[in-house]
Amino acid sequence: MKVSKETFSYEVTEDSQLLDSGIRLSPITIAYETLGELNEARDNAILICHAFSGDSHVAGFYEDDPQESNPGWWNFMVGPGKGINTDKYFIVCCNILGSCMGSTGPSSINPKTGKPYGLDFPMVTIGDMVVSQKQVLDHLGITRLHSVIGGSVGGMQVLEWCVRYPEMVKSAIPIATTMRHSALAIAFNEVARQAIMVDPNWNKGDYYQNPGPDLGLAVARMIGHVTYLSDEAMRRKFGRKRQDNKDFSFNFEANFQVESYLRYQGSKFAARFDANSVLYISKAADYFDLADKINTRESLQDLQGSHSKFLVISYTSDWLYPTYQAKELVQALKRTGQDVSFCEIEADCGHDAFLIKDSRLTNLLEGFLDGIEPS
Amino acid sequence: MALNPPEQLRFDLSIIASWIKPGARVLDLGCGRGDLLAWLTQHKNIQGTGIEQNKEKAAACIGRGLSVLQGDLRDEVQDYPDGCFDVVILSQTLQQVYQPDELLKSLARIGKQVIVSFPNFSHFSIRMQILFKGQAPKSNELPYSWYDTPNIRVITLADFRKFSKEVGYTIVKECAINTHDQERHGKIVSIFSNLRATYGLFLIET
Repeated sequence: MKVSKETFSYEVTEDSQLLDSGIRLSPITIAYETLGELNEARDNAILICHAFSGDSHVAGFYEDDPQESNPGWWNFMVGPGKGINTDKYFIVCCNILGSCMGSTGPSSINPKTGKPYGLDFPMVTIGDMVVSQKQVLDHLGITRLHSVIGGSVGGMQVLEWCVRYPEMVKSAIPIATTMRHSALAIAFNEVARQAIMVDPNWNKGDYYQNPGPDLGLAVARMIGHVTYLSDEAMRRKFGRKRQDNKDFSFNFEANFQVESYLRYQGSKFAARFDANSVLYISKAADYFDLADKINTRESLQDLQGSHSKFLVISYTSDWLYPTYQAKELVQALKRTGQDVSFCEIEADCGHDAFLIKDSRLTNLLEGFLDGIEPS
Repeated sequence: MALNPPEQLRFDLSIIASWIKPGARVLDLGCGRGDLLAWLTQHKNIQGTGIEQNKEKAAACIGRGLSVLQGDLRDEVQDYPDGCFDVVILSQTLQQVYQPDELLKSLARIGKQVIVSFPNFSHFSIRMQILFKGQAPKSNELPYSWYDTPNIRVITLADFRKFSKEVGYTIVKECAINTHDQERHGKIVSIFSNLRATYGLFLIET
């Protein structure tokens, strides 16, 4: 299935919505991709929200990818006849505000200076990301979503959608996510940010004319990557296996396979992602806290008082957003009288499990989406 | 909806189903694969939620379009607001619960009515086993050895009636049944029910 990346740009005027920080960022461009057809009633749209370093390329292949070497990040889930069936549903996936994959972010050109924003880019929140996604949906003529689906930071966007625009959300599937970051999650993000900011090439965020803080960014990704895995998965995949079956070198070369794997993941990430975007998105995730809003009935009801239907999913080996955090969310939703389903999936591959093909997740999503009454 | 209700409900579940009013808000505890909820949704247009401990069964329910929470029913019932269900169903689980009085209190808080069913321990086949074999009895309804059973207590119809009176529940409806043929079919027992019924079903209110 061929897809293409589109962009939508809009001006934010003085009296239209400012960022949560009170700052006016304008213009804003959001990159997005769509799959399937919007039906005549315009009620078959599903918004999929990507995780931290993902992008709008949720499924399918680009025209200029004849070898089909670059499938979307949820290609096994989204497509004709798949769990999220593009024969039935019209899928929209936006690249988040603050990212570096086509949406406005710190690497974008600041129209006031003609140079990349760098640290002049204002702090954006998960809420700001959702507001910009709403602009894209308005542009596409979508007023009600059959569902909003996302994992991890994408799951935060799902929850933010439910409290900001409850009238637009018929159902929501937050996966492997939380109402707010734990100290552990903030701690890992802070270590990642520090790794970037101590790299001399970072230069207070002003590095776009010069070599960037690739080493710091790689270290940041190594830390992040560890939090996405689990003890079991790492034991299974690496154990204490040596690199190239060699003896210890008694220096700081990568002797263990896990070391070399992390170094590879780190440098691969540094080649494709912007260090400043990591700073901004990680801070947005740390600031995110919907506990109070989800605990009040009003914020989850639209003006007619109708509710969204929720499906909360967690994974047994996710130690970044463990099941207890999903349960807190479920509790809050129950207390406010929401129609909520919850399932913990047994998986040993950690937080990243939702990005790995698994028929249990596919069946859950497919059945849940089918079970939502048409408007 | 993608609901595939079973052709025929288990006999005890069909009696429970007959007690539920169309459009009711229903919570089914230990809902298994959701047969009762699916049937009620399809035929009585209820707003149903289930709670199921088993991950695979809970996932099967969600996969057929039902709203189901995977978790321990004793914890899960705590979070609901007062009176948020018309009926709460506790089907064949009471014998496995540690503090049944506490649980029933919670159920009466969140639901206007509670339906409880359990295997009747005073069925004559069970009495005979104790009387003649002198061993802990096993039956189709309670098919476990004493050392590996989830059933931590055994209840009779007479026990439950007495219990209801002591804790102040009103029994609105009561039905004793005897099931056979893989529990698809059965009959209602009205004479000597405490002796002849394999299951008891009660609809109670506070």
